[in-house]
Amino acid sequence: MNFPAELQYAKSHEWVKKLDDSTVLVGITDYAQKELGDLVFINLPVEGDEVSMGEPLCDVESVKAVSDVMSPVTGRVAEVNEELLDAPQKLNEAPYEAWIAKIEGVSDCEELLDAQAYQEFIQQG
Amino acid sequence: MKLIMERGAPGRHLDLLPPCDVPQVTLSRTRQEPLDLPQVSESELVRHYTELAKQVYGVNDGIYPLGSCTMKYNPKINDEMAALPGFSQVHPLQPEGTVQGCLEVYATAEQLLREVTGMDAVTFQPAAGAHGEFTGLLLIKAYHRSRGDAARVKILVPDSAHGTNPASAVMAGFQVINIPSSPDGCVDVEALKAAVGPDTAGLMLTNPNTLGIFEKHILEITRIVHEAGGLCYYDGANLNAVMGEVRPGDMGFDVIHLNLHKTFSTPHGGGGPGAGAVGCKELLRPYLPGPMVERGEGDLRWAVPEHSIGRVKDFYGNFAVVVRALCYLLTLGREGIPEAARNAVLNANYMMHRLAEKYPVAYAGPCMHEFVLSLQQLKEETGVSAMDIAKGLLDRGIHPPTMYFPLIVHEALMVEPTETEDKETMDRACDIFLELWELAHSDPEALHAAPSTTPVGRLDEVDAARNPVLRYQKP
Repeated sequence: MNFPAELQYAKSHEWVKKLDDSTVLVGITDYAQKELGDLVFINLPVEGDEVSMGEPLCDVESVKAVSDVMSPVTGRVAEVNEELLDAPQKLNEAPYEAWIAKIEGVSDCEELLDAQAYQEFIQQG
Repeated sequence: MKLIMERGAPGRHLDLLPPCDVPQVTLSRTRQEPLDLPQVSESELVRHYTELAKQVYGVNDGIYPLGSCTMKYNPKINDEMAALPGFSQVHPLQPEGTVQGCLEVYATAEQLLREVTGMDAVTFQPAAGAHGEFTGLLLIKAYHRSRGDAARVKILVPDSAHGTNPASAVMAGFQVINIPSSPDGCVDVEALKAAVGPDTAGLMLTNPNTLGIFEKHILEITRIVHEAGGLCYYDGANLNAVMGEVRPGDMGFDVIHLNLHKTFSTPHGGGGPGAGAVGCKELLRPYLPGPMVERGEGDLRWAVPEHSIGRVKDFYGNFAVVVRALCYLLTLGREGIPEAARNAVLNANYMMHRLAEKYPVAYAGPCMHEFVLSLQQLKEETGVSAMDIAKGLLDRGIHPPTMYFPLIVHEALMVEPTETEDKETMDRACDIFLELWELAHSDPEALHAAPSTTPVGRLDEVDAARNPVLRYQKP
């Protein structure tokens, strides 16, 4: 599994990419996509939505189950990756390119792990 | 195989339909082409349906241990009673005086189910379990509103719940709060205490839960919710384990749905029809969907409860299902109903004990009517998943258990044999399960390739979900 060093990771298996001091991109990790299995649908958040740290950001559906994707930050959804609506498989194929939402006005953030700490976290199970 | 519209030839016909004795009318003035209706001979028609019947598997074919679905055998006398002309040749808009027998079915079934559940009233309108959940939640909502308590917007749901529970709560306009399970598979009572408050509308609980465990702290759980001002909803999906032995009403629940099509032995699967009867305590009775059957002076009549939430289905629900359930209740009686529950529990424990020889049981200890195996270790060791074992079972003539549920168990297989399987059938099924365990170690590829004896091979579920074909197109 692949965990790029330039990203940060939440324990609920989302990655966070800082664009500037108050704007981030959020997606799901390689581990998350592997555990979820082939994804067949994503219910994207809506631009302008206020999201809260630790609360659901959106949900994804595999052939097994529907799962919440949690928001690692508190802020406002500035943009969503609409490409995923027609091609949810991109979340499986290239999880770090398939960003889900750009969140701006970030006022609070979970304690995030770096790539190495995240890898250790998932190995502990 | 061909669809019925693809069989036959223009002008071909059969004599099974009676001559038309009503005037012909034109339904559409804009349609340019004739409707594409099947034009087949009687033999083509019969062969078509015989071919369809050969491609399905049901409880009439063999064991069907689909956990949480209670696929028990449905005695044929139920169908015989539902087919009586007095039940099958009536119309729901007939005057009450001409259908007193049908109203008596509702009244008697209500009385017996009140006794089984410990509730004070039962409606038969909801057509399925999730429909019953939705109805029950609307009752809870109406109750809080009538007291001017608009702050109660949250429904608590354990993480082992059926997926329909949170979905129904959201449909009914509530927020869902997940309650974690403790290591023994039961509700974490401390987490529940921390979650209840003045915003708690209620708790939805399945007992025995989806791991096949009777909630040890059930009385404390309902007390905690009541003390916080919430109501308690009992998902009756697993009532088969306890019917006639203990009553949800006595455990402290205010409202319950029953899957008549599971517990009370009416055919189900493939989309219905079902019946998700909802029972409730006196405090919720005024809000029940109307109309309900009411006993008047010497006759039965329809009446709408005082503050009814309104109809949740056209007419009075799936009547013929209620006839079958009543027939089952009357056949088994006061002794037979708990005996069926005891045998369901005995059968599940017997199968669990035999399978535990190889398969790890997710939560140890005696189970109720079902149990959950975790194949995670098998998958790590051999690459054979719960899905592969399920497909191997298909090849050997057994309907697989429920897979990948509950979500808190990895590589789950959830087995519910029900009381209607005899020891020989269960032994044969266990032998096959154990044989597949050996095969997973000796020839995992054989299981990846399964099934090979079924009408269709392994389906591409991912492609079916990503690129669904939702409409028939003429070839």
